[in-house]
Amino acid sequence: MSNTAAPVLSVQNLRVSFDTQDGTVRAVDDISFDVYAGETICIVGESGSGKSVMAGSIMRLNNSSTATTEGKILVNGIDVLTASEEEVRGIRGSEVAMIFQDPMSALNPYFTIGKQIAEAYVVHHPGASKREVHDVVLAMMIKVGIPSPEKRIDEYPHQFSGGMRQRIVIAIALINNPKILIADEPTTALDVTVQAQILDLMMALQKEFGMTIILITHDLGVVAEVAQDVIVMYAGHIVEQSHVDALFHSPTHPYSWGLLGSVASYGANKRGDLYTISGSPPSLISLSAGCAFHPRCVHSMGSASACMTIQPTLRSVGADGSRSACHLSDEVLVSIGRGSDRS
Amino acid sequence: MSSDVALQAIDLVKHFPTGSKGLLGRPDKSVRAVDGVSFTLRKGKTLGIVGESGCGKSTLARVVTRLIEPTSGNILLDGVDITTTSGKDLRNMRRQMQMIFQDPVSSLNPRHSVGQIIAMPLRVQGLLDEEHSNERVKELMQLVGLNPEHFNRYPHEFSGGQRQRIGIARSLALNPTVIVADEPVSALDVSVQAQILNLLERLQTDLGLSMIFIAHDLSVVRHIADDVAVMYLGKIVEIGPAEEVYASPAHPYTKALLSAVPIHDPSERGGPGRIRLQGDVPSPIDPPSGCRFRTRCWKATDLCGAVEPPLQAEASGRVVACHFPEETPVSIGKRPE
Repeated sequence: MSNTAAPVLSVQNLRVSFDTQDGTVRAVDDISFDVYAGETICIVGESGSGKSVMAGSIMRLNNSSTATTEGKILVNGIDVLTASEEEVRGIRGSEVAMIFQDPMSALNPYFTIGKQIAEAYVVHHPGASKREVHDVVLAMMIKVGIPSPEKRIDEYPHQFSGGMRQRIVIAIALINNPKILIADEPTTALDVTVQAQILDLMMALQKEFGMTIILITHDLGVVAEVAQDVIVMYAGHIVEQSHVDALFHSPTHPYSWGLLGSVASYGANKRGDLYTISGSPPSLISLSAGCAFHPRCVHSMGSASACMTIQPTLRSVGADGSRSACHLSDEVLVSIGRGSDRS
Repeated sequence: MSSDVALQAIDLVKHFPTGSKGLLGRPDKSVRAVDGVSFTLRKGKTLGIVGESGCGKSTLARVVTRLIEPTSGNILLDGVDITTTSGKDLRNMRRQMQMIFQDPVSSLNPRHSVGQIIAMPLRVQGLLDEEHSNERVKELMQLVGLNPEHFNRYPHEFSGGQRQRIGIARSLALNPTVIVADEPVSALDVSVQAQILNLLERLQTDLGLSMIFIAHDLSVVRHIADDVAVMYLGKIVEIGPAEEVYASPAHPYTKALLSAVPIHDPSERGGPGRIRLQGDVPSPIDPPSGCRFRTRCWKATDLCGAVEPPLQAEASGRVVACHFPEETPVSIGKRPE
C-alpha cells in the first residue's frame, strides 16, 4: 500500500448491479482498490458478498444484457469497461488471466489437454509454428508439475484427477505470461492435501513469473497461508483492507472480528462455543440504510446513530495502514481489534 | 459389551460392483468403498470421521444407518445386532438412529412446508397424533433456534443455515439416541457454520446424544469430536481420542493430512516440517497391495507392499494401522513438527 510505483490494476468506484424479476441486485457497490506488481492480494467474503462478480468485471465477463457496470477498471492504463472488444481480447490471457473453482467445467471434455493449452497460446501468437507451440505447451506442463507430459499431452480431461485438472487450468492461464492472475476459489473443490499442492505451485510460479495474484476465497486459512494484502468484502462493499498480519492480529472492522472468531481453528482446544455472527448475510435487493452489517453487528451504536443512517466509507485506522469502513471511532476499533476477546 | 457403548461397527465392508463384466457376465470388479471398518461410538460422545473425498466416509455413514446394505460385517446399536433386522424391527431401529445430511437444499422436499417436513418421521413411524403434532413441531423448531411461527413456510423461504436447522429438527423428531451427521456444515458459510456447530454441541449436551460426525474439514472435527477416526481408501488408518490424534498423529497419513490444513495465523507461514504428499489417492477399484497409503508414503518399504498393517494398539496405546508409526512426543495444542 505504501508503493510508489503505478498500480498494475486500479479499480475505481466499481458498481455492478443485476436486474432480476425480484428487483435490482447490487452485487458490487462502489469499490475501489489498487493492486501493485508482484503482490498477492486476497479477497475474502462469504457467499453473496460480491467477490466473484467483482473479479468477473476485471475480465469483463459479466453478462452485459443483465449486468449494469459503472466505474473504472484500469489495466495498463486501459479502462477494461469501456475498451473495444478487440482491446479486451488483447488484455484477456496476456495481461490478465483467470482460473476458476471447478477445473472440470473450465475444461472442454472433447479436446485433448494439449490442444486446450495450445489454443490459449495460439490466440496471442497467431504466427507460431506447430513445433514451437508443441514445445511451449510441453514446457508449461512440466512447470505446473504434470508427470510424463509427452504422454499426457494427448489425453482428455476425464483422464486426469481433480488436482491435475487444476494444474492444467493453471497452465492455460499462464501460457501467455500474464501480469495478473485472478484465481476465483481455485482450491475450494479440492481435497486438503491437493489444495496444499496447488497453493504451493501457485506461489512457486508467482516467484518464477513475477506476476500479481488476486486470490478470491472464503477460507481464512488460505488467506493466512498466501496473502500479503487482504480485502474483506461484505454485501458488495469493502469493509476492511489490511496487511495480512494486521488483519489476523488487529483487525479493524466488527465483521472481520466476527469472521475470525467464527473459524473453528485447528490449534484451538475442543469445546467452548465458537463465536457466532447472529443472523445471516442480507439480501442484496433490499439492503437497509446505513452500514450493511449493522443488523448483525454487536457494536452497532443503536437506533438513529450513524450506523443506521449513513453508509460508512473506508478510512485509515491505526498505525498498521489498515483501512476500515466503520463508524466506530479509531480508538475503539484499534483497542477492540487488538484485544483477544473481540466478541 | 459394556453399557457405555452406543454403537459398534465390526469389520464393515461395502463393495459396489462396477459396470464391467468378466467371464460368464458376472461383474468382475468392484469399488471397495468401505473395506473392513471397525469402531465404537461411546454414549454421549462424538466420533469424528475424517478423510479426503473418495475415502468411503459417506458410504460408511449410509451403511451404519442401513440406508444401504453392507456387503459384510455387523452393526451393533446399543448392543443389538441391527445388520439383518427388517420390517418392524428395522423401523423401530430407525427411531433410535437418525441422520443429518450435507446439503440442506436437496435433503428437504421443496413442496412440503417446514411443519410437514419435521413431522414426517412421526408420520412414517405411525406416531402422528394430529392434535399434538403441531405442538411437537413447534417445540422442535424452538429447540433448534427457528421461529415456531414459521411452521407453514416452505424451505426456499429460509437461508442455508436455517434450512440445516430444519434438517436437524427433523432428525430429532423421534428422540433418537444416535445421530449420524454427514458433512452437516460443509455447505455453509463460516459464520453460519459456527452457529450450527454450537447448536449441535448444545443439543448433544441437553439431549445426551451420541453422534457420528463426518467431515473433510479437520478443524471442524477437532472442534466437535471426542474421538476421531481417520480414513484412507476405505479403511481406518488411525483412531483415538481427538486430543491425541491431533497433537501427535501416529500414522504418516494423519500427519500429512494435518500438515496440509491451512494455518490460521500468517506468522506461522513457512513453519518447519510441513509435509506435502505427492500425487493423488489411488483408485478404490484396484487399491495398492499391502498398506494402501504406501504409494504416497515417504516411509514405505518392501514390507509395506507385502503385508497389510493391521489396525492395532501400539505400545504407546495409540491405535494405528502402520508398520512404522510416528513417534512424536505429545505436545497438546501444537502443530506436528
